[in-house]
Amino acid sequence: MKHKLILTTLLAALAPLSSQAADLEISVSNLTAGIYFTPLLVAAHPAASHLFQIGQGASGALQAMAEGGDIAGLKTAVEAAGGQTLANPANGLLAPAQSAQAILSTTAANTRLSLTAMLLPTNDGFVGLDGWVIPTAPGTYTVDLNAYDAGTEANTELMNPGAGGAPGVSGIPADPSGKAGSGGTGVVPAAPNDAEPHVVHIHRGVLGDTNASGGTSDLDSRSHRWLNPVARITVVVK
Amino acid sequence: MSTLFSYGLGMLAVSTLVACGGSNTPEPQQTLRVTVTNLTAGQPMSPVLVALHTGAPAWSAGAAASTALEKLAESGDSSALAASLSAAGGMAAVNGTAALGPGAVESHEVSFAPNAAARLTLATMLVNTNDAFAGVTALPVGAMAVGDQIRQQLVAWDAGTEANDETAGTIPGPAGGGEGFNTARSDALNAVRVHAGVISADDGLLTSALKAKHRFDNPVMNVLVERIR
Repeated sequence: MKHKLILTTLLAALAPLSSQAADLEISVSNLTAGIYFTPLLVAAHPAASHLFQIGQGASGALQAMAEGGDIAGLKTAVEAAGGQTLANPANGLLAPAQSAQAILSTTAANTRLSLTAMLLPTNDGFVGLDGWVIPTAPGTYTVDLNAYDAGTEANTELMNPGAGGAPGVSGIPADPSGKAGSGGTGVVPAAPNDAEPHVVHIHRGVLGDTNASGGTSDLDSRSHRWLNPVARITVVVK
Repeated sequence: MSTLFSYGLGMLAVSTLVACGGSNTPEPQQTLRVTVTNLTAGQPMSPVLVALHTGAPAWSAGAAASTALEKLAESGDSSALAASLSAAGGMAAVNGTAALGPGAVESHEVSFAPNAAARLTLATMLVNTNDAFAGVTALPVGAMAVGDQIRQQLVAWDAGTEANDETAGTIPGPAGGGEGFNTARSDALNAVRVHAGVISADDGLLTSALKAKHRFDNPVMNVLVERIR
């Protein structure tokens, strides 16, 4: 009984530290040489919700984001869980070496920060941050972000302009860099998608080739490859 | 050809200690030991520059590289970068005297007068590339107590100053034996960013002087900073 009382008192004392409203200045930088980010979704949310989780199968909303850059479904889902969002802070694509800034004032319950954006040109690659604990101490915090594969579409590396952005439709919907070719035979077959796990995992990167009108890949090995990290998020806790 | 190795002697002169002003130069009272490990399979790293300073970072992701950084990233010659750091709040600097080979480890000790604003910048070129470098810049170290450690694993950055054509004539390291620094900015994206890795002839870039062994993934360097005095 006595121990229980002490524990309760401790919890009450700790509660304000582990959950408090915060004013966040957020900056997201594209660290790649030739990969564009589709409109970013940044969300502060309760600990129990996620935009994605490594090792877990992609939700339909995540698939729509990773294959076509559509963040509407993820935004709706995380807001339904009590989350707050910054949708499309870059006002469109975030080009290589560019940054986007925004301010988010979080409520006490939204202790975690997550982020997603599709990587173009890829089949279903995305940059992600899952459930980063928002620090309570004022300061500047930097997190480097990796490229993930949603596990929902085979990495054919073949362009399918426009159409390829629909969930379940094979192919890369766009290459904003303009360096992609055509006529490739496909790095892997579009179906069955048996060259990767059907869960969110670290993207293997793209192969590409140097043949703009043939070869196995429509992507260019000199323009479209990357190594992690692909992005950096800087958060200033006021 | 000689650009990569000719600066070895020049580096000795860079091992300087720049004291703060005043008639009574204070004795250095603090010492950091910086231990670096080359984690790559086939990328020798140019003699490592370790500088303590109070000025601005030596580079910034997304911004164009300074000419001093360009020289380091294209040729491995750190003297211009050392000079620019020294000129803007420089405190002390040391420089390796030889390349750090794949798998190699070395330590540098740098002593300086106490200064809460002290920052550490470390930089080295991956010499079998056009303009890749590894480093950390403006890492706060002024508040470290004796015995404190900071560990970092570094990624390879692309200086964005030279196109990554991987030809023998443009790679100064032993895989190419080509040119080091030139003033041209031939990269289509003139900005510091994370390096995309080298392709190599073994992976389909037939004009590349590089082989599979020259490929790398991140991290490329392990850094341990210890305050030992």
